[in-house]
Amino acid sequence: MILLTIVCYGASTAAYTAFLVRQKKTFYHAGVALLSAGFGLHLILVLTGTFHSGHLPVNTMRDTLSFGAMCVAGVFLLFQYRYRLKVLGVFAAPLAAATMVIVSLMPATSAPAQPILKSLWLVAHVTFIFMGEASLALACGLGILYLVQEKAIKSRKPGFFFRRLPSLDRLDSAGQTCILAGFVLMTLGLATGLVYAKAVWGRFWSWDPKEVWSGITWMLYAVLIHERLALGWRGRRAAIMAIVGFATVLFTFLGVNLFMSGHHGAFSG
Amino acid sequence: MAAPMRKSNGSARSVDRTREDMTAKLDIILVGLNHKTASVEIRECLGFNDEDQDAALEGLNALDTVREVLLVSTCNRVEVLLTSTATEAAVEAVVEFLADENRIPAEDFRDKLYVHIGENAVRHIFRVAASLDSMVVGEPQILGQIKSAYYQATLKKTSGVILNRLLHKTFFVAKRIRTETGIGDHAVSISYAAIELARKIFGELEGRRVLLIGAGEMAELAVEHLIRQRAGDIFVANRTFERGVGLATRFGGRAIKFEEIPEALKDVDIIISSTGSPDYVVARGQVKKVLRSRRSRPLFFIDIAVPRDIDPDINRLNNTYVYDIDDLKGVIEENIEDRQQAALRGERLVDEAVIRFRQWYESLDVVPTIVALRRQLEEKIRAEAERTRQKLAPKLSSEDTEAFEKMAQALVNKILHEPTTILKKAEGHDNKATLLATTRKLFKLDD
Repeated sequence: MILLTIVCYGASTAAYTAFLVRQKKTFYHAGVALLSAGFGLHLILVLTGTFHSGHLPVNTMRDTLSFGAMCVAGVFLLFQYRYRLKVLGVFAAPLAAATMVIVSLMPATSAPAQPILKSLWLVAHVTFIFMGEASLALACGLGILYLVQEKAIKSRKPGFFFRRLPSLDRLDSAGQTCILAGFVLMTLGLATGLVYAKAVWGRFWSWDPKEVWSGITWMLYAVLIHERLALGWRGRRAAIMAIVGFATVLFTFLGVNLFMSGHHGAFSG
Repeated sequence: MAAPMRKSNGSARSVDRTREDMTAKLDIILVGLNHKTASVEIRECLGFNDEDQDAALEGLNALDTVREVLLVSTCNRVEVLLTSTATEAAVEAVVEFLADENRIPAEDFRDKLYVHIGENAVRHIFRVAASLDSMVVGEPQILGQIKSAYYQATLKKTSGVILNRLLHKTFFVAKRIRTETGIGDHAVSISYAAIELARKIFGELEGRRVLLIGAGEMAELAVEHLIRQRAGDIFVANRTFERGVGLATRFGGRAIKFEEIPEALKDVDIIISSTGSPDYVVARGQVKKVLRSRRSRPLFFIDIAVPRDIDPDINRLNNTYVYDIDDLKGVIEENIEDRQQAALRGERLVDEAVIRFRQWYESLDVVPTIVALRRQLEEKIRAEAERTRQKLAPKLSSEDTEAFEKMAQALVNKILHEPTTILKKAEGHDNKATLLATTRKLFKLDD
């Protein structure tokens, strides 16, 4: 099942790349269809996992990554449906595919089912956080595309990418939309996380490294959004910030699990 | 008799004379001249303006030897597309008509004309409509011009079965080439290239404010393109304020003083500069100062002047882009190369379409039409008879089965008797093509 999902995501990556190069609508439709198929399979995978263990499968690093990849695919499909920014597929599809390859290489350890995992607050916390992080991943992708396109225009030798990428304005405003959506979702995720922590450990905040880093990430995006609204930070600087922001997200997600310990660490297998 | 599309090509004088006796064959003929074969002086003399075109088309249609006719006349070409059973006489009549109508001796332009017959005429009209034969390959106007010429021909009823089909195929091929090869996708003129760049920076140009510094053909053309893209306010700065006012009125914009340029940089999005100034008109420092109040909104400078008006260092500032004339030339050179590649692919699509048209044209004859009609009827009646037979199978003896088959064959023969006789009689008649085309359409023989 995981293999089939990877095949779908991988084929979707190929289709999107072909679309970027050849600009044929058929490739784009194939890309969307394959990614949707991959997402469908993935969803079934996660739901059956939930059914078997009685809670969302997010208690090992492997499951968590897989859940994250699913969110990237899902959020991208939603975003694409709404904004029709087709080329972004060359970022989202391979991201989902690569993550799933890593997942398939990790040993499937089953952590003992902990009673604290059975809570709706946890489901909300995890779902919001991951959808938020998927949005921020898209914002990062848009930031990269922005920088590529800007370089093409600035170099005064517009070539391959100039023709195929959308206008700077479009990339910039789409990136902003993703950041706003991601920020709102992340805020909701953190809030539900706090409530959940209170229910399980009796306190909202316990200076767990992951909590600290999440706070830092949240602040970073808060500043970025504020600067844009107040000072008109946009274009190149906003694009770079979107990339830096997502790097922080990745560190909070992966780095903290690998290098620091805390009560989130218990879920990372 | 078959009316094969002949592969022949040549000037008006070298039409193959051996075909004079084969008058019954209907040929597609194209007589014309274009920017490659004739100078502008000759094209001016031979061209028809909109008012004359109606009369000219009717005049051509009135010629004895001409069956169907279409006239395309633009500043780059005059093309007469016609069908005739007397090819050489028709060509001669058209040449004389063009000479008389424009009151110039036929000898003045005879050697500039090309005459294409059959397959070559089809290929030519396909290529012209797809803009493969244009001065600027891939330009979009020519297709519209042919469309209106065809519209005119349908109004005056000078086109018939052959030209109707040919022109519909022509539009189809032209559209296909445009979408599949992307031949017209990228700008090949300086002013269009500038607009294309602006669109890559700003997305939609609607409401973007424009500042024109100086004046000049290319710069003004670019402003006009921008207005067509529904750009916002237009400001014009000129050393001579009066000249600026004149231009501003033309563009529906506002004239500002030359000294007001630094202030204007705060508001505008696109600056087009084309002055004769030996020094930079906009310096880096002036732009840097306004960036803050612009809140990082992008600023695009198009510098068409030589020597340059805009300090090239401005390009290094954030969210600010400067293109000078050489940069723009570089962009269009690349696009021109792309168009040439696209044109090659376009030629391939034309070849394909020519072959398909030939197949239709050749089928437009009595014998193949009767054969196709018979085959279709036999297939359908046989299939139905077989179905009924299978349903009754257990009750049928072998004689019954035989009777079924005989009945099927008899039905085909009876039904086809009248149509076959009529089609055979049509041979050599004027309305043969129409009759055949109608038959093929009624029974869907072309799919």
